[in-house]
Amino acid sequence: MDLYEYQAKELFRRHAIPVPPGGVASNPAEARAIAAELATPVVVKAQVKTGGRGKAGGIRPAPGPAAAEEEAARVLGMDIKGHTARSVLVEAATVPFEEYYAAFLVDRAAGGFLAMVSGQGGMDVEEVAATHPEALVRMPVDPLAGVDGRLLAGKAGLPEAAAEVLERLWRAMVAEDALLVEVNPLVCTTDQRIVALDGKVTLDDNAAFRHSWDPPERTGGLEDRARAKGLNYVKLDGAVGVIGNGAGLVMSTLDVVALAGAAPANFLDIGGGASAQVMADGLEIILSDPGVRCVLVNVFGGITACDAVATGIVGALAQLGERGTARPIVVRLDGNNAEAGRRILSDARHPAVRQVHTMDGAAELAARLAAGA
Amino acid sequence: MAIFLTKDSRVLVQGMTGAEGTRHTARMLAAGTDVVAGVTPGKGGQAVDFGERRVPVFGSVAEAVAETGADVSVVFVPPRFTRAAVEEAIEAAVPLCVVITEGVPVHDSIRLRALAAGRTRIIGPNCPGLISPGQSSAGIIPADITGAGRIGLVSKSGTLTYQLMYELRDLGFSTCVGIGGDPVVGTTHIDCLQAFQDDPGTDAIVMIGEIGGDAEERAAAHIAAHVTKPVVAYVAGFTAPEGKTMGHAGAIVSGSSGTAQAKKEALEAVGVSVGRTPAETARLLRSLLRGAAS
Repeated sequence: MDLYEYQAKELFRRHAIPVPPGGVASNPAEARAIAAELATPVVVKAQVKTGGRGKAGGIRPAPGPAAAEEEAARVLGMDIKGHTARSVLVEAATVPFEEYYAAFLVDRAAGGFLAMVSGQGGMDVEEVAATHPEALVRMPVDPLAGVDGRLLAGKAGLPEAAAEVLERLWRAMVAEDALLVEVNPLVCTTDQRIVALDGKVTLDDNAAFRHSWDPPERTGGLEDRARAKGLNYVKLDGAVGVIGNGAGLVMSTLDVVALAGAAPANFLDIGGGASAQVMADGLEIILSDPGVRCVLVNVFGGITACDAVATGIVGALAQLGERGTARPIVVRLDGNNAEAGRRILSDARHPAVRQVHTMDGAAELAARLAAGA
Repeated sequence: MAIFLTKDSRVLVQGMTGAEGTRHTARMLAAGTDVVAGVTPGKGGQAVDFGERRVPVFGSVAEAVAETGADVSVVFVPPRFTRAAVEEAIEAAVPLCVVITEGVPVHDSIRLRALAAGRTRIIGPNCPGLISPGQSSAGIIPADITGAGRIGLVSKSGTLTYQLMYELRDLGFSTCVGIGGDPVVGTTHIDCLQAFQDDPGTDAIVMIGEIGGDAEERAAAHIAAHVTKPVVAYVAGFTAPEGKTMGHAGAIVSGSSGTAQAKKEALEAVGVSVGRTPAETARLLRSLLRGAAS
């Protein structure tokens, strides 16, 4: 889960990492009130989970409350790379004397953590890495020993005052189960204070059980409905709805549908169980997508036998009633007890169901049916 | 022969008295696995009957190892207890610890990796485990798909593992290893490729990857430098959109990195045949074997 900048900064405050004073506003009047309370020139910053806000005009200085209100009105609702700014962060303008870059992240390749620190902050770090690789210090972090802030600051040419902040960022990363903590820029002010002017934090959803995080935002779409039913669903834009068991097999099914010349409408992994209820929930979500013209159910019976899966499909279609008959459903069952499963489906004689016994063949039929052939 | 797991492996199951643990212990026993112990804190002294086999339960891994000589642990405990469970296995110096649990925080996986270095091989988390057909099974891979043979398989995905095992069921496998779909796992494609290369019982290797990270690219470099046995590969996720997690926590394309296309190209660049579908991957392996035989 990615945090908004204002959430990242609240997290930083909890870990004694200095950030400019400020508050979040969802309308211009609130922005004005925050600026009035701060009683200093402010910056109004669009809250969107994407980079490039500055270039898009989503970060605006405002000398006082009236200007803050005006700028907030301009920024709120702004579209930045497909993300709508629904709130703004209004915070005290901070004049940097020097700008740095600091990040801790999960290094998948090494199976560990990596610190990346640079004395050249404020720019796109990928650009720094490409043009001045020597200016970006990359150091693996020993997960058991932690970070030596002084060593890291020294290597990257940051002042000693930054050492403590680097260690606090690392401790925040561990305490909060973050996969990424990035500050760009981390600045040194004219009065020698180290301040995090921006903040990007990604939390590990798998660690939610040991934190009291807010549930993910609702967008009101099919993905929310699927999540509420405990289904692993990703909406795509094609015409072939896909249900399968196991993330890898479902990804593979999408690819095979694409190879057959159609576009998949979604990713939906119903996992190992494939009970009638789970199958019905899955079909219900997929058939709610008006773009779906055909459904492909691709199940390999591994732990769950195909006869149980077939019974689940028959039960699901009974639950769905007429909604289950409007569009063709291609079913491929293979693996454990495939014969028995196929027989259960043929005996049910459901008008929408067509069986194909290979994955490639099933995808081809689904693609043809989606094309209206 | 096989890698990591053989008929002589003595398996203990952490969380054996839970529903999943009991169910899969019964299946492992049916697959011929020598399950010698269960471990559940607070339940030491009990035993669980699996038909004719009575498996003793110990309160700690250390006791189970001392009493039974177990050298493999399979972990079926919920995510919030996984870190402590695996730490116990590492402290007891169990050489192989297979973590089936899905949903383990990445910080825990990284910490465990560091703790295990040089002491314990961790496979997983979020994996189906491994099977050396006809010998032993540590995890949840169905034992009835295929039997013993001379192909090695390494995969991030459970169901794609089963699918390829099924496609090649007439040939059989030395060992199939599901390394797991998390961003950080204990055993990598490279570890398994090297083990298969060194295993006299393995003639050819099937490698299954998916979007996210660059494990497949690094595996390609390793194959070029160190693997002389025939390798075919399959990569899932060509149609995955950027920035979306596709089921597995690690299966995500970030910006332009981690794409299936990049992985396919990296593998093909070192001479690995990459199938467009699981079925085509199986055909590629067959033709490679025919080529090697003639």
